[in-house]
Amino acid sequence: MMDLAQNTTVQAWFGCAIVLALALACGYALSGYLNRVMAGERTGIGRVLQPVERVIYRVLGTNPQRSMSWKRYLLCVIAFSVVSLIGLFAILMLQGVLPGNPEHLPSLSWDLALNTAASYVANANWQAYSGEQTLSYLSQAVGLTVQNVVTPAVGIAVVYALFRGMVTDDDDEGRVGNFWADATRAVLYVLLPLCLVVTLVNVSQGVPQTFDEYQSVTLLEPLSLDDETIASESAATAQEDSSDDAADEDEITQLALPLGPIASQVAPKQLGSNGGGYMGANGASILENPTPLSNVVQSASIIVIPIALVFAFGRFVGNRKQGYVILGVMLVLFVAALAIVGISEQAATPALTQDGAVYTGGTNQSAGNMEGKETRFGVQSSAFWTMLATGTSNGSANSSLVAMTPLTTLVSLVLMGMGEVVFGGVGSGLCSMLCFAILTVFVAGLMVGRTPEYMGKKIGPSEMRMAALVTITTPILALVAAALMALDPQTAQELNVQGPLGFTQVLYAAISTAAANGSALSGFEVNTEFLNTLLAFVMLASRFIPLACVLLLAGSLAKRAHVATSAGTMATDSVLFGALLLLIIIVVGALALFPALALGPVAGQLQMLG
Amino acid sequence: MSKQTISAPAAPEVAPRSATWDAIRQSFVKLNPRLQTANPVMFMVYLSAIMTTILLVCALVGITGTNPIFVASVCVVLWLSVLFANFAEALAQGRGKAQADSLRAAKRDVVAHKITQADMARGMHEEDPVRFFMEQAQEIDSSTLKKKDIFFVAAGEQIPADGEVLKGAASVDESAITGESAPVIRESGGDRSSVTGGTTLLSDWLVVEVSAEAGNSFLDQMIAMVESAARKKTPNEAALEVLLVALTLVFLTVAMALYAFSSFSVAGEGTHANPLTLTSLVALFVCLAPTTIGALLSAIGIAGMSRLNKANVLAMSGRAVEAAGDVDVLLLDKTGTITLGNRQAVAFIAVDGATERDVAEAAQLSSLTDETPEGRSVVALAQELYGLGDKTVENDGTMEFIPFSATTRMSGVNYHDHEIRKGAADAVCAYVEAAGGVYSAACKRAVEDISRAGGTPLLVARDGEIIGVIDLRDVIKQGIKENFTDLRRMGIKTVMVTGDNPMTAAAIAAQAGVDDFIAEATPATKLAAIERYQREGHMVAMTGDGTNDAPALAQADVAVAMNSGTQAAKEAGNMVDLDSDPTKLIEVVRIGKQLLMTRGALTTFSIANDMAKYFAIIPALFVPLFPEIELLNVMHLTNPQTAILAAVIYNAFIIVALIPLALRGVKYREVPASKLLSRNLAVYGVGGLVLPFVCIKLLDMLLAAVGLF
Repeated sequence: MMDLAQNTTVQAWFGCAIVLALALACGYALSGYLNRVMAGERTGIGRVLQPVERVIYRVLGTNPQRSMSWKRYLLCVIAFSVVSLIGLFAILMLQGVLPGNPEHLPSLSWDLALNTAASYVANANWQAYSGEQTLSYLSQAVGLTVQNVVTPAVGIAVVYALFRGMVTDDDDEGRVGNFWADATRAVLYVLLPLCLVVTLVNVSQGVPQTFDEYQSVTLLEPLSLDDETIASESAATAQEDSSDDAADEDEITQLALPLGPIASQVAPKQLGSNGGGYMGANGASILENPTPLSNVVQSASIIVIPIALVFAFGRFVGNRKQGYVILGVMLVLFVAALAIVGISEQAATPALTQDGAVYTGGTNQSAGNMEGKETRFGVQSSAFWTMLATGTSNGSANSSLVAMTPLTTLVSLVLMGMGEVVFGGVGSGLCSMLCFAILTVFVAGLMVGRTPEYMGKKIGPSEMRMAALVTITTPILALVAAALMALDPQTAQELNVQGPLGFTQVLYAAISTAAANGSALSGFEVNTEFLNTLLAFVMLASRFIPLACVLLLAGSLAKRAHVATSAGTMATDSVLFGALLLLIIIVVGALALFPALALGPVAGQLQMLG
Repeated sequence: MSKQTISAPAAPEVAPRSATWDAIRQSFVKLNPRLQTANPVMFMVYLSAIMTTILLVCALVGITGTNPIFVASVCVVLWLSVLFANFAEALAQGRGKAQADSLRAAKRDVVAHKITQADMARGMHEEDPVRFFMEQAQEIDSSTLKKKDIFFVAAGEQIPADGEVLKGAASVDESAITGESAPVIRESGGDRSSVTGGTTLLSDWLVVEVSAEAGNSFLDQMIAMVESAARKKTPNEAALEVLLVALTLVFLTVAMALYAFSSFSVAGEGTHANPLTLTSLVALFVCLAPTTIGALLSAIGIAGMSRLNKANVLAMSGRAVEAAGDVDVLLLDKTGTITLGNRQAVAFIAVDGATERDVAEAAQLSSLTDETPEGRSVVALAQELYGLGDKTVENDGTMEFIPFSATTRMSGVNYHDHEIRKGAADAVCAYVEAAGGVYSAACKRAVEDISRAGGTPLLVARDGEIIGVIDLRDVIKQGIKENFTDLRRMGIKTVMVTGDNPMTAAAIAAQAGVDDFIAEATPATKLAAIERYQREGHMVAMTGDGTNDAPALAQADVAVAMNSGTQAAKEAGNMVDLDSDPTKLIEVVRIGKQLLMTRGALTTFSIANDMAKYFAIIPALFVPLFPEIELLNVMHLTNPQTAILAAVIYNAFIIVALIPLALRGVKYREVPASKLLSRNLAVYGVGGLVLPFVCIKLLDMLLAAVGLF
């Protein structure tokens, strides 16, 4: 894994498998701890942090032992998120006059500020800006990083509310836990310690963590501007120093090296399925992700907490197999996705190699479609990261997504469109998965001649309403947003490519925001008033509609009494159930997008195959 | 006073011609938009049909450039889909209607002989009460009877209203309700005291107090239920509808967004013709929406109810039928359900030096006039084992029969100076000891052995000495053990409820193969048991007939009251078994499960269909835009128009094809849930995936051959 470029392909894939195994092992190890922490039990770190926790409760004026009804819980989530949204919006709007801005970057336009605030509060981290050129240190560290830590905490809180709903027996008030306690514990005992570890590893690999201003560096080899290939490549890591006199000579000798509190943001960005890079180039930037080791740690970070939550679910409901089945479905989907993408990227397409446009050989690089990929990661690690980031709601990237084959994009779109259930965004992904499980139980359960039940709870109209809403929110939002963008004549004009790829780029933006993923194919200007507001709305809706539904679901489950299981009950911890769940995810989640995909990446791939 | 002849209401097995025509007529009546809104999925199809009609007009006058034949074809097929769905529902309702009509025939206004409380009391002391009541009665119309009124009915008359028998005993022809022609006995007091309006008295007379007024009577309720006119959606139906509406919403968005996408792509490609016309988008939406299950959902529910009615069980609500599918504990009364109504003699055991033949002879002699089934079985057994068939009752006074009495708890005969007695062990024991005899250890052992094995020992004594024991056994119904094994495999626990002592109960429970038993049961212990099971999360079903069963019936999730039972029991239950057969409970559970399975199987089929239709149509639609997509057009459908038409035609006719299945229900077997699931998945899931591919391809070839598109 240390130096992919020289390794053979098989070894590289083996490396990916090891990272996956590592994440699974860490997730398993973390799951019991998660349950203990969320139950408010004593833990090792607790001795140090408990005073802090108590202070927070006192400030918030809440009694952590007091469980809230789902309604109250939801109100707290909304209140918390509205305050976050307004706070972040204010920081971005006032960035120009606030301290912590050594580069004197101006305040954001209202629509970009709204879009960015919505994006971070919704845990989507869609970026209509390029971090190092737009945001001050204060905006990054106090604005974005804080959201990157608290939004996954909200996700963890909500999924635990759902767990409790399943386990609570016959509670008239539908109590699901205390939001403030849940969020505080998730931040203090889960996210912050993990972020600390990952940050330290990143810093050891050379990721900057400083409040110093950007450095100006003399290039070893001056660049000439007309050399487009090199210019565009270096743009990934460097920015032209416009204040310099380089422009006069059409030759660049100086380079501005953006710095800042990068490491501290990269850790939560990966761990909390946020994905918004400090730099525009995200994980492909050498400043965010400099070495193969940092790449391994950052890859694994994407899925550690999601996996831990699945194991924790099994433990929480008292039947670990329930968790294993869900995890099994995730793994099948993930491996299938990775296989398709791996083969596709490895093989590249005839269109790519035509006239030697892209070198796909294996000399000094890993063979395959190396366009837009970092040589230090190669095809395999890039494909692996891409699947991790689009299967969860992370959306970070360590390569250029637009340079991937259309088939890869197709797989990414399907993963996002299904509601990001492959390991899933922190909390939210498992919530969607459990809603799919409820739909599955409903369809299949009837076939055994009983009214359906999941985790011993009857699934009635109100549970179905919520589960269905959660699962159709992403496809419907995506289709509506993409249709609106397609209908806007400006979109077509701004696209730098036409045909299926152009449409794919529009579709990708819609699906990525509707799934609160945040990754982008780019290809057209998204920093417009229309798109900023549209996508801000889509992201907020894609986050808070399902979240509210899940809490309502948790509440109505908590009100139900458990029913006894017997040989007549459909088992939900069996392989058969897993297979059905897989089918339902594909039918409900992916089927809706199929026509759109046919016009985009499907047509694109077929055209590239010639 | 008119005597009515009442026909038995049996729902016809196969819908006769007239019923089919009636359903066809109803299909058009149901096009009323107000009726359509009840079913959201089909309402969307209804709107789509209206929209294509408008598009057809546009195409005909030339506003749009679409091929009018294509639009017309889609339009016709969409209207057909709506009609087919209406037809399915009408057909299901029609089955119940036939039953309701014959019930209504029974519900006629007749003359009621209303009498007063005082009349009733006086009449009982009269020589000829019938004449007395007839003279005193006030002749009023049955529809004006009020609750608590008292009326008199004589032989040959129709009972004017539901009520409780206060005085008298009579045989009643209840075939108007039950379809069963054998008369039943109705008498005051006890558990056979309720009569139903519309049934006819065959003999004797009754004085009855009205328990339900006209419009509220049992018959009225039955008619309403059978017709299921005001059928409310059950929770499970409502939940399924949520899923269907969600899918419909998604596909509606898909169709609408697709228009935007294809225009965008068309603009990008520089070609001018958008392959997607509004007509094809509407058609696409209808194909993708879960119309199959949407169209059949209400028919499935109604058919489930009418299957139950056909088994002569009336459910008070659809919810009760669903609950029957969920039941996992059955409380079964021992007598009548698990065992035949009565005990039978199975052996004679001789003790203290007597021979078995002596015992048999003595027992037979003592039982000659004993008309109880037990007594008859003793006579029969003696005849069978020892050919003692020549005994007849001699009416010359040599035989003096001592009937059973509650005080002696013995019966017997005095014959040729012999004194023969038989009775319960403790009674006979006391009797012989009083006469100076002994209750020997051998005898005691024999008695205990029988008890332990679940039998009832009857001691036989001759001249003050015990000579042997009759072994009376409960006779377990044939096939019941297999039934219980099946139920266990389905995850249903059977609990036997009996008044027997725990030892006997345990033995019978073991023989019958039930999972548990409640011995020395009283209404209170029954209620407590139900509550305990429910606390553990079980759904409990039971049957009952007595007034003292009412609390337990009210508590149980599925409570089948016997029609022969009291009014209180019927009101407390949520189902009434017109045949008064407690074994029916098992049948009720099966029907409930079958209803849910049918719903699930057709939903799965419908969703699997969607997937296939999708992959059949989408590639064909876009080939004109991106020729490369031809690679995905695995079915090689001729062109977008034939592809869409083939899909909508399939979509419409699959509804008709599945009507028989929806009405009949899918096949139910007593196997564990996992096996049921795999089997149904293979049939309806995989079948649902494959069938549309085949059918759409064939239809496409047919349409291409017609050559209009």
